[in-house]
Amino acid sequence: MTDLNIVALVSIGAHPASGRARRAEQDARAVELGLRLAGKRLRVLHAGNPREEALRSYLGMGLDELAVLEQPAGADALPALADYLADAGAQLVLTGSQAETGEGSGMLPFLLAERLGWPLVVGLAEVEKVEDGSAQVLQALPRGQRRRLRVRLPFVASVDSAAPGARQSAFGPARRGRIEAHEVAVVEDQLLAASTLQPARPRPKRLKVIKAKTGAERMKAATAKAAGGTGQVLKDVSPQAGAEAIFKLLLDEGVLR
Amino acid sequence: MSEIIRRDPRAEWIARNRLHPLHAALQSQNQTVWIGPNGIVRKNPHAIAAGFIGPAGIKRIDRSGAQQGTGTRRSASVEVQLPLHVVEQPAYYVAVVPDMVGGRLSSHDKDLLGLARRLAGSEGAVLAVVFGEHKESAFDSAGVDRLLLLDGEQYQGYAPEQRVLALRAVDNQFAPRHWLLPDSRTGGGELGRRLAASLGERPATRVWQAEGERCVGRAGAGQQDIQRPLARLILAAAECAEPVSETRHEARPVELAWQVARNLPRIEDLGPVAVDPAQIPMAEAEFILSGGNGVKDWELFHRAASALGATEGASRVAVDDGHMPRSRQVGATGTWVTARVYLAVGISGAIQHLQGIGACDKVVAVNLDPGCDMIKRADLSVIGDSSAILQALIERVAAWRQEGRRDAA
Repeated sequence: MTDLNIVALVSIGAHPASGRARRAEQDARAVELGLRLAGKRLRVLHAGNPREEALRSYLGMGLDELAVLEQPAGADALPALADYLADAGAQLVLTGSQAETGEGSGMLPFLLAERLGWPLVVGLAEVEKVEDGSAQVLQALPRGQRRRLRVRLPFVASVDSAAPGARQSAFGPARRGRIEAHEVAVVEDQLLAASTLQPARPRPKRLKVIKAKTGAERMKAATAKAAGGTGQVLKDVSPQAGAEAIFKLLLDEGVLR
Repeated sequence: MSEIIRRDPRAEWIARNRLHPLHAALQSQNQTVWIGPNGIVRKNPHAIAAGFIGPAGIKRIDRSGAQQGTGTRRSASVEVQLPLHVVEQPAYYVAVVPDMVGGRLSSHDKDLLGLARRLAGSEGAVLAVVFGEHKESAFDSAGVDRLLLLDGEQYQGYAPEQRVLALRAVDNQFAPRHWLLPDSRTGGGELGRRLAASLGERPATRVWQAEGERCVGRAGAGQQDIQRPLARLILAAAECAEPVSETRHEARPVELAWQVARNLPRIEDLGPVAVDPAQIPMAEAEFILSGGNGVKDWELFHRAASALGATEGASRVAVDDGHMPRSRQVGATGTWVTARVYLAVGISGAIQHLQGIGACDKVVAVNLDPGCDMIKRADLSVIGDSSAILQALIERVAAWRQEGRRDAA
């Protein structure tokens, strides 16, 4: 555990099947990471309605209190959050990578980092160590790979589904926890008003378009077998020769490290 | 080669003269129709009736002479050149920053270039901005009018802040009407959002349809769509548009007018980290060693997986027999894998298993039966005893690692 000053930003999620309000999956992972790093000293911040019941499931993860910047739905959360964080003396701000409701553009951590003038790490998986004003962290890449980065404090980090899974939320602590509402100035989001939200339409399947000029080409395209038959077959070779061929392919593909 | 048919009277004369010493050499075997010395068409009916072996292995006789004539006729299927689309003085630019995974345009990049082409119309030009080295040779047919290569050690590795600086310089010089980036986890999504924050633009994210002045993108956790006016900066999902297929483009190289300032990186890249392959979820593992009924020595199989640094998988039979846990099963009832290299040992390739590996790039099979379905699917197959081959492979990799260590020391 480190003595970092950590703030986790949380939002209200929506259950993928029922659509009911719940703790957001990635934000819960951000809180989990914060709890592992700072324990009880983790501060959790939400911008929105303080009377939302789903906020209590974050408290159930083992937090005593949760700060809420009171805002109506559809207001711009960025100015309020940036002002609060600039005064809070945070060294690390953890967020999910995108919201589960509303626009969900995933821009908040980027805009926050730009506004605060802090560096941003995307896809934080683990904080390895913190020493003399910089942190050594692991970043999650596609295909389960990891990259080691050194980043100057303070910084903003977003967490995606590669981060450690969130712990269960307990009912008792969730009831006992305090939700502290702060009054902030409300800024309307003008740009979002020009767009409309609607239930997701299933995306059309891409059709295979055959652009053949002649009948023979069309026939060939229609009857062509999908791949196969082109592979190299090594028969009656010694195990060493076979292994050598496999080894060469693995080396060419760059999967041996 | 010129299309004009040139006669060689001397060769024709030798071909007619059976007593000439060179006569045999100039006698083409399957010539059945030719122009005689007086310009009369001559045919050799014996050669026609002798027939030829067709593609199905059956003797065919073609009295029209069309088939036999193919030897001397020029092939008609000349590579069709697509029409070249030239934009001499672009009225505006549409900038695209492809991901270039592995140095080549991915299918996502090509879809994006197709969308850019549509947005550019006939007046505008598509400008592709490529960082670092690339291995792509088909920028022209992918629809790139102008190509800006930004090479240099400052863009190597993970340098998102430096790349954003370069893109801002591009924005200043070319003032593109639209910026298009792929909304992918391989870099485009992050770079696009960084650029949006830096330019102060509000991007349209996860866009899957763009028509006229409106675009549609996924919102929230994918339960909703958001419809909005076409933004200047678009982060598009895969299959957002059809790739360019009917025109060729110039891919004319352009340069940045000014040097991009070097910033002091606040994020330092310390390089990739070795990951325990067993911890990688099988669905997204890059390299899988999979065992089936033909594996007799499972101890050796596990040793091979750790020597190669591969994630382990198994066929249904191996799981049913209790050699591997159920969570490692590849195929219709198990996991659908997306590995780049899939090494199947002793798996004959039931259709359920082949479905599970449908998305794999390279498949290597080790099997005793040369007629099995896995061999038909595989890019490289070795017929032989799996234990001996795995043992040899372990030794080969160990030798290679030893060599590498000696080189490094």
